[in-house]
Amino acid sequence: MAYSDKVIDHYENPRNVGSLDKGDGGVGTGIVGAPACGDVMKLQIKVENGVIKDAKFKTYGCGSAIASSSLVTEWVKGMSVEEAGSIQNSQIAEELSLPPVKIHCSVLAEDAIKAAIKDYQEKNGKTQ
Amino acid sequence: MSVKTPVYLDYAATCPVDQRVVDKMLPFFTKAYGNAASRTHPFGWEAEEAVEAAREQVAKTIGADPKELTFTSGATESNNLAIKGVAEYLSEKGNHVITANTEHKAVLDTCKYLERRGVEVTYLEVDKAGLITPQQVADAITDKTVLVTVMHGNNETGVVMPIAEIGKVCREHKVLFHTDATQTFGKVPIDVEAMNIDLLSMSAHKIYGPKGIGGLYVRRRKPRVRLAAQIHGGGHERGNRSGTLAVPNIVGFGEAARIAREQMAEESAATAQLRDYMHEQLSSTIDHVILNGHPEHLLPGHLNLSFAYIEGESLLMALKDVALSSGSACTSASLEPSYVLRAMGLDDELAHSSLRMTIGRLTTKAEIDFVVELLRTHVARLREMSPLWEMVQDGIDLNSIQWAHH
Repeated sequence: MAYSDKVIDHYENPRNVGSLDKGDGGVGTGIVGAPACGDVMKLQIKVENGVIKDAKFKTYGCGSAIASSSLVTEWVKGMSVEEAGSIQNSQIAEELSLPPVKIHCSVLAEDAIKAAIKDYQEKNGKTQ
Repeated sequence: MSVKTPVYLDYAATCPVDQRVVDKMLPFFTKAYGNAASRTHPFGWEAEEAVEAAREQVAKTIGADPKELTFTSGATESNNLAIKGVAEYLSEKGNHVITANTEHKAVLDTCKYLERRGVEVTYLEVDKAGLITPQQVADAITDKTVLVTVMHGNNETGVVMPIAEIGKVCREHKVLFHTDATQTFGKVPIDVEAMNIDLLSMSAHKIYGPKGIGGLYVRRRKPRVRLAAQIHGGGHERGNRSGTLAVPNIVGFGEAARIAREQMAEESAATAQLRDYMHEQLSSTIDHVILNGHPEHLLPGHLNLSFAYIEGESLLMALKDVALSSGSACTSASLEPSYVLRAMGLDDELAHSSLRMTIGRLTTKAEIDFVVELLRTHVARLREMSPLWEMVQDGIDLNSIQWAHH
């Protein structure tokens, strides 16, 4: 399978790999996917005054899954929580030129950021 | 020591053609180009003579009579001819076929085709090591069974089935026995008499011969096996397979078989030594490396490993200087991992984490060292990036988590 240059770049030089402290009230954690399906993403955000100050990820999955989550952490830094929540998988797929068979990787990345935001909001007593 | 990249570790998929084979084939393209069926002139006689010499070399490799060998386009066609040919020819005698659930698709899809035509097929389930037992075969045989087809060596794992014992059971029950020997022909000793094999599929390109040529052994006596032809025409190959013989390919197949047979003991020992070295180097320095397959009933060149907590395709991406294959099917539309590994009871997660490395005639120790080093580096790197690895390090049981399947 031929990967786009951007996928290869994110795979070889992933941005923001790591973990944030789950116990921190400002940190939201989203874990999506399943080992049996071949991909699991953990995406974390650290929010200060409604703005995402930091984002980290760890991904078990193919190169496109790693690239999708890496890209999302790069994008959401500096965004408001609302902006981050409006990221669409199609934007990720387009940016990385994902082939049809890999679209699910971008869907998973969208799910991951939404799950992280939800976790943050639940922790902070906000529900939308 | 530097190695030339990409390193080829996919010999179970195909092999380069041995130079001795190429040299033997070349005259039959431009000089001795006759049709082996032309009986009226020297061009035909020369071609026929070369075909018969090759037939003898191939037959000798499995202890068969040359008259028992039908040339085909490859092992897929041989499997089709054996299974459909027997089922069709014996359709009045019975309508039951027995096979195993880790067979190659050329066997499984042929069986599925027969099922749509009213044939009953029993798919025996392999154990954790990928083996079926002769007893399973005996228990599945009914008075309607016309054929048992069980592969010799598995293409994904290299697991070698107890075909001599299965052949014995079939003979006792007077049921025909076919084996797909694509991965084992020319690599491990095969004797169709001692092993009670009635039909055997083989391929040239897995033993450094050309692609597009293979053979089917069809027993001629005790018992005489008869087939319904699947390709009709001029009645070539004793009516089993019509079509002008691919003389250069057949010549190449014969030479490849001769070389494989003469070098077999030496070559399989050297290959197995290199494979064992690689396995040892990897499992002694990387945690959670699982061998998929049986540790002893294994082909010399196969090494199928799962690197837990890493998805196979992401590892393949890191190994871009190495040609190998993965049991992860992330590249396919189905997203289903290897059916062979699943049939062996492997968790989907471990099936997704598997790599198949197959070593061959030209593999060097320097190449193995190069690949081992790459694997050490990238398994560590990808595990650092893996949320599963993190959870395991934190003492979390992955099976205790409610995963959201998608």
